[in-house]
Amino acid sequence: MSYLIGENMHGGYGGADVLRGCTISVDKGEIAVIVGPNGAGKSTAMMALFGMVRLHHGEVRLGGRVITGLKPQDRVRRGMAFVPQTGNIFTTLTVRENLEMGAFLRPDDISGGMEQVFGLFPVLKQKQRQPAGELSGGQRQQVAIGRALMTQPDVLMLDEPTAGVSPIVMDELFDRILQIRQAGTAILMVEQNARQALAVADRGFVMVTGENRFTDSGQAVLANPEVRRSFLGG
Amino acid sequence: MSGRARAAVGFAVVAASLLTVGLGQSWAVSLAVLNLCLISAVMALGVNIQWGYAGLFNVGTMAFAALGGLAAVLVSQPPVPAALAAGGAKLLLATAITCLTLGLVWVACRGLPRGRLRAFGVTAVAVTGYFATRTFFDPAVKAIEAVNPAASGYLGGLGLPIILSWAVGGLFAAGAAYVIGRIALGLRADYFAIATLGISEIVIAVLKNEDWLARGVKNVTGLDRPVPYEIDLQRAAWFQELVRSLNVGTLSALPEAEHAAMLRELVIEAAGIFVKLCYAGLFTLVLLVILLLSERALRSPWGRMMRAIRDNETAAEALGKDVFHRHMQVFVIGSAVVGVAGAMLVTLDGQFTPNSYNPLRFTFLIWVMVIIGGSGNNLGAVLGGFIVWLSWIEAEPLSLWVIEVLTSAMTPDDPVRMHLVEAAAHVRQILMGLILLLVMRFSPRGVVPETVRY
Amino acid sequence: MPVDLVNALVLLANFVVVPAIAYGSQIALGALGVTLVYGILRFANFSHGDLMAFGTMVVILATWQLQSRGVSLGLLPTALLALPAGAAATIIVSLAADRTVFRFYRLKRSAPMVMSIASVGVMFVLNGVVRIIIGPDDRSFSDGARYLINAREFRSLTGLEEGLSVRVSQALTVAVAVVAVSALFWFLQRTRAGKAMRAYSDNEDLALLSGVEPDRVVRMTWIIAASLAATAGTLYGLDKSFQPFTYLQLLLPMFAAAIVGGIGQPLGAIAGGFLVAFSEIALTYPYRKFLRYLLPEELHPDGLAQLLSTDYKLSVSFVILVVVLLWRPTGLFRGRIA
Repeated sequence: MSYLIGENMHGGYGGADVLRGCTISVDKGEIAVIVGPNGAGKSTAMMALFGMVRLHHGEVRLGGRVITGLKPQDRVRRGMAFVPQTGNIFTTLTVRENLEMGAFLRPDDISGGMEQVFGLFPVLKQKQRQPAGELSGGQRQQVAIGRALMTQPDVLMLDEPTAGVSPIVMDELFDRILQIRQAGTAILMVEQNARQALAVADRGFVMVTGENRFTDSGQAVLANPEVRRSFLGG
Repeated sequence: MSGRARAAVGFAVVAASLLTVGLGQSWAVSLAVLNLCLISAVMALGVNIQWGYAGLFNVGTMAFAALGGLAAVLVSQPPVPAALAAGGAKLLLATAITCLTLGLVWVACRGLPRGRLRAFGVTAVAVTGYFATRTFFDPAVKAIEAVNPAASGYLGGLGLPIILSWAVGGLFAAGAAYVIGRIALGLRADYFAIATLGISEIVIAVLKNEDWLARGVKNVTGLDRPVPYEIDLQRAAWFQELVRSLNVGTLSALPEAEHAAMLRELVIEAAGIFVKLCYAGLFTLVLLVILLLSERALRSPWGRMMRAIRDNETAAEALGKDVFHRHMQVFVIGSAVVGVAGAMLVTLDGQFTPNSYNPLRFTFLIWVMVIIGGSGNNLGAVLGGFIVWLSWIEAEPLSLWVIEVLTSAMTPDDPVRMHLVEAAAHVRQILMGLILLLVMRFSPRGVVPETVRY
Repeated sequence: MPVDLVNALVLLANFVVVPAIAYGSQIALGALGVTLVYGILRFANFSHGDLMAFGTMVVILATWQLQSRGVSLGLLPTALLALPAGAAATIIVSLAADRTVFRFYRLKRSAPMVMSIASVGVMFVLNGVVRIIIGPDDRSFSDGARYLINAREFRSLTGLEEGLSVRVSQALTVAVAVVAVSALFWFLQRTRAGKAMRAYSDNEDLALLSGVEPDRVVRMTWIIAASLAATAGTLYGLDKSFQPFTYLQLLLPMFAAAIVGGIGQPLGAIAGGFLVAFSEIALTYPYRKFLRYLLPEELHPDGLAQLLSTDYKLSVSFVILVVVLLWRPTGLFRGRIA
């Protein structure tokens, strides 16, 4: 039984369903990666898990409890965190204020969480008084992830965290994500760089037209010849 | 209920109200309201072309109506040769210098490379031009305004029949709209709205302040008329005969001795009504022509494209539609229609009073007409013009009546009662606001919704 | 320094700088409300001018009450005591308008245009209410001392030809504006609710994800905007006079200030307010006397040496608006683009 599971999800944005019975799950201390061609519904699946897409069939469970009907904000309260692909930072707020907004729902002292994020991303500590909009692409992603981590979530969901950053920064980001896993957080991400992501993933989901095509460990998916041929370009 | 049926019911209600006013108050009042309803309907059509067809949020309607009014003055008033002699040449020179300056600024903007040189050049040209213009403009204005200031003090007009000014008013408004559009249409929608609000205030400020043009706040009164004067009608034999034949019954019931007096009274009343009917006829003609043209435009491929742009600007642009120029077209055409209505209004009033233009009455009220009538639907805009003007004008007597009934127990000099009676004049603002809010909320497509034909 | 130069500068201070600082503060306070509503609720609120008129009206009525009971603040205008009542009433009215009108469109995620048109409806209603309650005429409600610095005293004190006068209403305007703006900035920069407001204005979706309650942010926005509106309106009324229709005309300079400063940027709204006020007054001031002090006699101007007739005051804000927008569409302080 996985910690977070979206089972047999059907739904979309009105009109035809984008998700047509897909199942995504991740456990604590694991990385799960969703890959697939454009328009397969990867981001939609992630948003469905977070309550931003209406499901008319299937359910989402967190720690064994059904949360299908909860609003995204309530899922944040229950320990989920989400980093959207775009618009994931407050550009006019300083780095520090971005992190504070991440912990908006936590009434207790947040300096611990802040130190943790600064430990993970030291550069943010140096730039904490700068408006986040002035940072480089990779640093913005760090702010975005840091903001999500401020609630000290059990599940961290990342929508294409490495989109548009240079290969060096990408490697760095993957390292940090591995570090977050080590702390026992469940990580679910959608990735364009499928090879690199699957290589570190504990679970891999290959989605096509709103359904699971393959579901296995990351290594196994990566090794599957059909997956390699159809989705990874040989 | 279909759109047509709703429109029919709406117009029936308006007609019934006008009849009630006619029977209850007087036919003269009823016709006066009708005439303003017709003018309002034309203005509403103009705004509907901009908002309903293309989604342009123009909050400067007042300016175009006022420019139409200015046309009425400049076309119909007799020229003032003394003023022309005194300052005409210098004014012309000043105008020429202004044009030259603008041309040079344009050249400088185009010709010089971006940067400090251009900024300096443009500023230098503009400042020099400004002072050069003032050198000739100020004495010209002084001279013109000094010519018989009590009666004229301005250049006068062309002395042509005032009915021509309806077309000229449209042209004035169209020209202004073109210039304004060049500046403001590139802005995003809400900035455009605020920019037009600003421009309308500027236009009114010019009209109030530039006495040499149309006497400013000294007003131009006694304008020419496209219809006969009451006094001429009263003297005309054919008119007296007409009234007599229409009132044979009334007259025969009276003793012979009172016939002459009664007839005179009837003729005076009939003359007033006849004049108003003439206006009503002319206005109806204009309204019908514009309505027909608008309907044809709306159903043409051009109208279809406008709706496409309105509903999805980005997509239309991606399909190669030139959004800016299309917007310019509707902005100019819609403003011209408002200008025509503005000229008609001044013609009806027989006077041009820049102080009477305020945004509540000449911009926002027209907007209420369009939204209530049903944006995008021409018939709806016309109906909106009728309904809103009727309620705007009749709100005061009605609320006065209500207040008098409610306070009939109080003594006439009770301060509460006196305050309420005074307040009756302002009930219409609240009424308009509430009608607008309620229609937007519960019938957002208006009384006669847009019929989508793609 | 030659005496003529000092005289010229005092003249300028008296007729341009002091009035412009006071007027600029009033515009800035109004524009702050406009920019906050624009930044958070995403629409141009055409009813803001009439909201100011409403708040001022309540202050005037409360002032009259206080005056009739013999309550006064001595040298300061009694209206200062009545201001909280006016602010409270304005807050109630704007929250009611939000609850009955704007909320509906917000939940439907209607286009900003639609909300702006709805605000025209609110404008009509408020306009009628104000006219019914207090009438369309000029109302005076200032009392207390008139001058902080009197021109005559200034002249006798300095021996200069020109006098400098500062009215109490002008000094008060600046003092109240400084307090209000400092409080606002402290709130926005330091408090949790203020940061939530800024976050919401910056990125609505992410703010929602972070757990910011939109209803609370919106309520807070109206509370602040309405208090600022009542304050700005009262200060303007004390400085000039109260007439309902002039507040509709303030809409344009306030919008200009807010947009020029960059929508959603409080600092920009303040800068914009002063820019508009200084330009308006500096361009319409007759420089005849000023130039007479500075220029040799043969160069003395014949006319008023006025760049723009006073009647064109309103056009100044418009020209600034257009020039800034064409040159820098996001405004001086880089506001929201969409």
